[in-house]
Amino acid sequence: MLCDICHKNIATIHLTELVNNKVVEMHICQACTKSKTKGIEEQLNIFDFLVGLTNNQEVASKKSKLLSECKVCGLTYADFKKNGRFGCANCYQYFKNSILPLLRKIHGSDQHRGKYPTDEIVGRPELKIKELRKRLELAIQLEEYEEAAKLRDEIKKLEELKGKNV
Amino acid sequence: MFDDFLSNKNSWHNTEGPLSRIIFSSRLRLARNLADVPFPWKATTAQKEAICKKIEENYRKIPILKDSFFVRMEDVAELDREFLLERHLLSREFLTSLKGKALIVSSDERISIMINEEDHFRIQFITAGFELKKCWQILNEIDTQLSKIFSFAFDQQIGYLTACPTNVGTALRTSCMLHIPALVLTKRINKMLEFMAKISFTARGFFGEGTQALGNFFQISNQGSLGFSEEELIENISSVVNQIKDQELEARDILLKKHRISLEDNVWRAFGMLRHARLMNSKEALAHLSMLSLGIDLDIIKNLERQTINELFTIIQPAHLQKIENKILKEEERDYIRAKILREKLS
Repeated sequence: MLCDICHKNIATIHLTELVNNKVVEMHICQACTKSKTKGIEEQLNIFDFLVGLTNNQEVASKKSKLLSECKVCGLTYADFKKNGRFGCANCYQYFKNSILPLLRKIHGSDQHRGKYPTDEIVGRPELKIKELRKRLELAIQLEEYEEAAKLRDEIKKLEELKGKNV
Repeated sequence: MFDDFLSNKNSWHNTEGPLSRIIFSSRLRLARNLADVPFPWKATTAQKEAICKKIEENYRKIPILKDSFFVRMEDVAELDREFLLERHLLSREFLTSLKGKALIVSSDERISIMINEEDHFRIQFITAGFELKKCWQILNEIDTQLSKIFSFAFDQQIGYLTACPTNVGTALRTSCMLHIPALVLTKRINKMLEFMAKISFTARGFFGEGTQALGNFFQISNQGSLGFSEEELIENISSVVNQIKDQELEARDILLKKHRISLEDNVWRAFGMLRHARLMNSKEALAHLSMLSLGIDLDIIKNLERQTINELFTIIQPAHLQKIENKILKEEERDYIRAKILREKLS
């Protein structure tokens, strides 16, 4: 099969892309691959993709927002636009107002409902109990009854402690 | 280095799991970052090196990781890097630069931890067959243990923080690798791919680099990671994967009932090519092996272990062939060696 771009060399790379729900195939030779993949990288600039998902006006209207920066790592919102990545965990605090709508567009939610780190759980027995209950349920589903019994006892102990504190 | 993996009988590549004839493997991946160090692309080499050092000194304290090994990517030869990539123990992105990066792999190759890929930690658990719940139980435990050593970046509202906002929340990616030749043969695959896109799941090839699915293997994964608990994400993908599995079984039934002769012809032709060809590229080999697997699953071909084929799927990849031969091979040389190995294993 000859390359779809130069029509000279044998195609060795076979790309399948979904365009408007239609499968489009491309067959390209080694030499033309570089130019094609460069194009793809540009097309797939993740931030353009993300911004495309948010309200354009909302993003475009505030130039000052682009210049605002994370006081810890120095990343500006414009940097994020360019790279599609934040610089450090603190960026999420500094850009929170812009991030929440973005997260709702990407994930359909801005509320975490999953696991909590151990140190967040310390001093909050209700979180610990919730975590242990999930593990207990999983252990029962996997028929690991020894593990389940241990978890059950741990939950019972915590519930008793919690009862005393109230 | 890593030569043991070639004959690793323990590895998930060489074992069977629940429903593994269609659901080849299950994989979960968690992203974690340290609260007080910039994400890898912004961090200095010294900062990244410090993370590597700390995990190197501490990982053996985690019981599940006591049989694992730690290696700095700068110490891994180029061929070995490709070999690890083909074994799905690291990502292509991880290999773009090597400074300040390290890898932890368990002896059964089920656990791998990439240090300083896009996030500080990318923890993966992969196993044969359909076992996502088991994967989560173990991954959850590794994460809990790691969080006793490192303080992870976490926000009460939006969960675990990651370099890319597409991963925040649970920072969990769930996926299953499916072998669905009958859906491809009956051309039902396109409808399925469209449906997947609508419900925010992605389907892409498992072997090779492009998006093309070689050997009729598709990797199905979730898109969103926020707004659902880990258990719910696993429930969601499980129900999608179960549906695809049922459709594949239905398509196999149709092939047997309505197109038996041409199906048998396809299977035996594939077997003939694999047993007699003198030169074979990966793409062709994967396509024939896929037909042969289908033939074994449907009892068209007897006296051949499905496990033999599963092993071949892995070892006919370019870096694997070069590891077996213990030298760098040109493309034509690889095609010759590949055909030779296939003949030997299938005769």
